[in-house]
Amino acid sequence: MDKKSLIDELAQIVGVENVFHEPEDLITYQYDAYLSRAMPDFVVFPTTTEQVSKILKVASREKVPFVARGAGTGISGGAIPVKGGIVVALSRMNKILEIDFESRRARVQPGVINLDLSHAMKDKGFHYIPDPASQQSCTIGGNVAENAGGPHCLAYGVTTNHVLGLTVVLPNGEIIHTGGKALDYPGYDLTGLLVGSEGTLGIVTEIIVRIEHRPEAVKTLLASFSSMLDAAKTVSAIIASGTIPAALEMMDKPAIEAVEAFAHAGYPVEAAAVLLIELEGLKDGMDRLAKKIVEICQSHKAIEVKVAQNEQERMQLWKGRKCAAGAIGRICNKYYLHDCVVPRNKLVAVLSEIYQIAEKYQVQVANVFHAGDGNLHPLVPMDMSDRDQVERALRAGDEILKCCIQAGGTLSGEHGIGLEKNELMPLIFNEADLTAMKKVKAVFNPEDLCNPGKIFPTPGRCLEVTQRPR
Amino acid sequence: MPIEDLLKNVGVDFQEDSVHEEIMKCVGCGLCLPYCPTYREVGTEMASPRGRIALAKEYFDGKLKITPRFAEHLYLCLECLACETACPSGVKFHRIMEPAREAIKKNLERPLWDRMVRDMVFKHIFPYPKRLQLLAGFLRLYQVSGLQWLVRKTGLLRSISESLEETEQMLPPIQPKALRDALKEVTPPLGGRKQYRVGFLSGCVMNLVFTPINLATVRVLARNGCEVITPRFQKCCGALHLHNGETDIARQMARYNIDIFEKLQLDALLVNSAGCGSALKEYGELLKDDSRYAQKASAFSQKVKDISEFLVEIGFVKPQGAIYRKVAYDDPCHLIHGQGIKFQPREILKSIPGLELVELKESDWCCGSAGIYNITHPELSMRLLDRKMAHVKATGADLLATANPGCILQLRWGAKRAGLKMDVVHVVELLDQAYSKELE
Repeated sequence: MDKKSLIDELAQIVGVENVFHEPEDLITYQYDAYLSRAMPDFVVFPTTTEQVSKILKVASREKVPFVARGAGTGISGGAIPVKGGIVVALSRMNKILEIDFESRRARVQPGVINLDLSHAMKDKGFHYIPDPASQQSCTIGGNVAENAGGPHCLAYGVTTNHVLGLTVVLPNGEIIHTGGKALDYPGYDLTGLLVGSEGTLGIVTEIIVRIEHRPEAVKTLLASFSSMLDAAKTVSAIIASGTIPAALEMMDKPAIEAVEAFAHAGYPVEAAAVLLIELEGLKDGMDRLAKKIVEICQSHKAIEVKVAQNEQERMQLWKGRKCAAGAIGRICNKYYLHDCVVPRNKLVAVLSEIYQIAEKYQVQVANVFHAGDGNLHPLVPMDMSDRDQVERALRAGDEILKCCIQAGGTLSGEHGIGLEKNELMPLIFNEADLTAMKKVKAVFNPEDLCNPGKIFPTPGRCLEVTQRPR
Repeated sequence: MPIEDLLKNVGVDFQEDSVHEEIMKCVGCGLCLPYCPTYREVGTEMASPRGRIALAKEYFDGKLKITPRFAEHLYLCLECLACETACPSGVKFHRIMEPAREAIKKNLERPLWDRMVRDMVFKHIFPYPKRLQLLAGFLRLYQVSGLQWLVRKTGLLRSISESLEETEQMLPPIQPKALRDALKEVTPPLGGRKQYRVGFLSGCVMNLVFTPINLATVRVLARNGCEVITPRFQKCCGALHLHNGETDIARQMARYNIDIFEKLQLDALLVNSAGCGSALKEYGELLKDDSRYAQKASAFSQKVKDISEFLVEIGFVKPQGAIYRKVAYDDPCHLIHGQGIKFQPREILKSIPGLELVELKESDWCCGSAGIYNITHPELSMRLLDRKMAHVKATGADLLATANPGCILQLRWGAKRAGLKMDVVHVVELLDQAYSKELE
């Protein structure tokens, strides 16, 4: 089928105003928040499950690759159309279909912005918990695809723990429903399988999520330290004390400086590291809990522990954390934002190794991360006018990942593998592990039209195989 | 993906000019998207700040020619600058958009009628205060002669286009006073003691349509110990030109205004129109490559202050007269995003006895006026306006205050469309009213 007839057929499904194919349109769909890019052939904007189904039927009949896209804030290249074809843009499927306070469930379309869902329930005191740093922009559909995390996932779990049911259009256009409002549906847990499948098993068009009442009391503390290692030791001490804060975030000096320049959040620029600690629970006992945390910080040589006195101060502290990555953009013209996980007891060792790697490659590194989960986000600033520097930054990044894996960690905490780390998958999975996953993919997506080129290493490539310590 | 492939693909390139410098600040994170009103309404990446920067980059990299479609995407932008407030990397979006629109202006062959209208407005009317006044004279004649009544009654314009009819209906009554020069060149401080000597940029639309707001502004300043100088031969600030790719004309007018105000030895140069203030504060940037004017322009820009910014800074006299109304405040984009002025107008409103200030949801969201956007993009402009008015209605306020002429016109029209019986006023008018009530 030629391009023209395909455009006509897509236009019949979604209306001519919802099909884009001119270079001036497609240029803006080459990228997401990852570094790479690739040009699609068409961008279509469906508004219903049925339209998505019809689009995928046409695509699979014509063997045209396709990829779903939300807000394009993903950082592993999940929405980049590496093989061209159709970008199924879900930004206009942005309706909150139902909020059921009694059973604490919400049913949403995939294009709903994460933070909008919480805002819609604010008056009733409810919210949706997973809160990626990009929650002001990113969509719930994208969160489902990547199994997104966020600061508050330490205590409450990541996206998969909050998604109970899905409506999915399979690559052949068939519509299926998995899970539902109730807990624990019989049969295979396809919801669990689809969450985090990075758009390679189908396109999610409806999501049932858990919503929760906001806690009665929240306390947010900012502890500053004169060494990164003191801060890391404090993290371990807090967790070991038996208290699980709702969030436990760390930032190092370069990150603090960048954030202060933008957000003026009151972070002490002279500190080598800060911990942002949030406690949630009942009013009774909250002060006692906070006091305990303050004491732990102090006994680990905290220079200062600041407790937010009101909601405004609290928001200010969080603004600093949430904008950290973007704020690094102020000290460079591009950065590489990494995502890797290490066992918590290795935090201190891995962090010092990260600084050594940065020194070896003569690059800077800023660390902003979910310390409580051991989920590191080293940010390596890059100067795009200097090819040599970019290459060093990329190589340093690879080495950081390998160091995390050596320490018993893994490749990605919450950003996904996508296009970014597919070639590195053999570092943590052996042939049999990968084959098992590929077989699952083949059941849903036998012709590999649905988001091709993601997650799995390119076949036939010479692979570096290191066995992960288990 | 392997580093070798990635290196090929990321395009390590960097050109040394000010547009590229700004473009490269964008790391592509997408955090601006939800703050962009057009992205929220339209939902496409082309209608988002990140998409516009991507398009501009392709052009400035020499990889994309300027086409009508390119222009269409870039002109869908309101230039409300909400993305600048949102951007954690500090991208000054307008420093990319303005050169891009200038390039469109220079490279895109527009239809003859379009060119004629634009040339007429930008080149032959706005730079000349006398011609603007003459045009206003014709408009006033149209309004009072009964011709307007006839046109509206017969629905003549609707038969041409609905948006033309809508535009006509938004036309505010031209002030008879505007046809003379209502403002005195020198207004002495009230009570005699001079604390500041300030200049006043009376603005073109403000001057013709909102003469009472200008008079109120000068009275308020005089009350606060200012000697106010309003030079008769000042010109349009050039904001409209900047936003429409007519950068050269904007520069000419900037030089003219700098010359006029420079010799007056002022403590501050005041503006009551957010759009003008934003443009005047950018003169330094606009003329940075002009060896004769660069320094003067930056000194000029540093003196420019919005009226509310200045009043709060000098600790304005708290009014004693009361206004018993419930007011909502809508932030003009070029005040909150363009100049970062948010709390000052609210502080003025809160200082007025009896006046209850209620918070307006999405008050930092463009009302759709956006210079001439409501004329060039009537459909989207009205969608934004209706969204705004729904929030206004929800506040239960009976008075809506803002601080920019374009917004006042648009919001008045919005109130009418929404069937709301409410006045739309400038913040400074309320302060002036509260002062004048002290005498009662």
